[in-house]
Amino acid sequence: MTASAIAQPHTPRVAAYTAPLRIGPLRAAGHGLALAGRGVTKLRKSPAMLADVILTPVVFLLMFVYLFGGAIGGGDIDAYLQTVVPGIMVMTVFQASIGIGVSLNADASTGVFDRFRSMPIARSAPLIGAVLADLVRYLVALTVLLALAFAMGYRVQTSLAALPVAIGVLLAFGLSFSWISVFLGMLVKSPGAVQGIMTILILPLTFASNVFVPSQTMPGWLQAWSNVNPVSVMSETLRGLMNGGEVIGPLLGSLAWMVGVIVVFFPLAMRSYRKNAA
Amino acid sequence: MSYAIRAEGLIKRYGDVFALNGVDLEVPAGTVVGVLGPNGAGKTTTVRILATLLRPDGGRATIGGHDVVGDPVRVRGLIGLTGQYASVDETLSAVENLVLLGRLLDLSGRQARARAMELLERFELTDAATRPIATFSGGMRRRLDLAASLIGRPRVLFLDEPTTGLDPQARNGLWDVVRGLVLDGTTVLLTTQYLEEADQLADRITVIDQGRVVAEGRPGDLKRRIGGQILHVRPTLTTDMDAVAGMLTQLTDATPDRDDNTGVMAVPTADPMLVSALVRRLDAAGITVDELGLRLPSLDEVFLAMTRQNTHSTERTPA
Repeated sequence: MTASAIAQPHTPRVAAYTAPLRIGPLRAAGHGLALAGRGVTKLRKSPAMLADVILTPVVFLLMFVYLFGGAIGGGDIDAYLQTVVPGIMVMTVFQASIGIGVSLNADASTGVFDRFRSMPIARSAPLIGAVLADLVRYLVALTVLLALAFAMGYRVQTSLAALPVAIGVLLAFGLSFSWISVFLGMLVKSPGAVQGIMTILILPLTFASNVFVPSQTMPGWLQAWSNVNPVSVMSETLRGLMNGGEVIGPLLGSLAWMVGVIVVFFPLAMRSYRKNAA
Repeated sequence: MSYAIRAEGLIKRYGDVFALNGVDLEVPAGTVVGVLGPNGAGKTTTVRILATLLRPDGGRATIGGHDVVGDPVRVRGLIGLTGQYASVDETLSAVENLVLLGRLLDLSGRQARARAMELLERFELTDAATRPIATFSGGMRRRLDLAASLIGRPRVLFLDEPTTGLDPQARNGLWDVVRGLVLDGTTVLLTTQYLEEADQLADRITVIDQGRVVAEGRPGDLKRRIGGQILHVRPTLTTDMDAVAGMLTQLTDATPDRDDNTGVMAVPTADPMLVSALVRRLDAAGITVDELGLRLPSLDEVFLAMTRQNTHSTERTPA
């Protein structure tokens, strides 16, 4: 017993039974949308965040096409442009997928998360919001990249209808891999640490791939990795869809990666998210 | 009597460490309770459990009759939270933050905007509505945090150390806001390390130390609780301090608190004859004093006495 200054008779108050209040999926979606709006506003307000996502691919596109393109493509810059654009699209979305873990981590460490959690909104709403805001980020980055690519002379060889399909598959790819970032974001102490770890993970995936150079030019062991690397497989899928060539094989490979990553990291991410939000 | 906040035997354990070891709390609707305690006493843990951010390992708590574990969504519909942790998004402006929170509380865009502007005006932040929050002063930041927790017109408001780090003027301003809220019928639970703050605002005070409630009552009652009054004495010559301290120890069986800077010694006592007994001894020893008297203890002294008792685990039965 604790010290109580006034002896108060203990009168148990039996509240009339009411079922716990739950938040329906429609309201949860509404909350998710409101939070996605916040993500987009933040994006607009923080040029650094946007520059990261937009400038990096732009610089890579210009640098690889005009600086290394001649050497890598054997003098045929236009052909190299056709090969490298789908690859840089994959790289762009892949790098943008770091963002979600960084922003979730920042929300958790600044107390913004606690504010949301003390409100009558769905537990999943901040996560849904972050994912939706990420989709916007991917789309903005891809739009800028493709506008530049078209200006530089890139053309979709198959049919323009293939472009939305390619982008759709790519968005699914980005969202699948973003669960790794969510998991790390909920696990690691600071937003900077999330960024650091993800960058280290992403570098071997983007460079040891067929994005910039054909796998055939690599030593055998690296070639073996590059051939199964999800970034390579996804790049091949986009090349097939946009430039023509084999689609089914790489597409199945990409889907296998997406399913694999989701099976492993979605439960892990949700577990650590709930732990943070429980 | 209807309780806005009720907690019974709250326990929170981290490994072998008990952050809370049986905390009881009863706060009638429309009143202010001050939860006092040193750092690490369990104040914030208590608030986090009551605000549904943390699950207790034992005991139960209700807000407005709704269980914090069993029906958290209803509880969240009743509460507002302002503190060291529940924060606003620094990359958004003040108005953007408040509008977002309004939208999350299912207000329409227009309603959310109107509510945001209303609160910004009430907290004198209208001029700073669209400024980056990074440029806000500490006081403005606290006012915005408070505004953010009021969007949903909470019936129960948790303020976790709301004035820590504020200058006196900003602190007074925040106190006025809290008083205004109470006039509107809001129940307020306020944690603080400042006794003055609790004394100013709270109807009742709960003192927590090492995860336990060590005292509970009205501020005045608590002051009376620790042996009635404080005898304070200041010898003319500081060289006499040791001798006087010796007399006080003999007379009261307690070691007096001594302040070597001011030369004042103080000791709690319930014996009205103590003053005359001390005067006779001083006279016999030929010691003159500049100051000698009885007064009610300050809350600081109550607080120290309460938490010290707990440390020595000499639990005192309440009156």
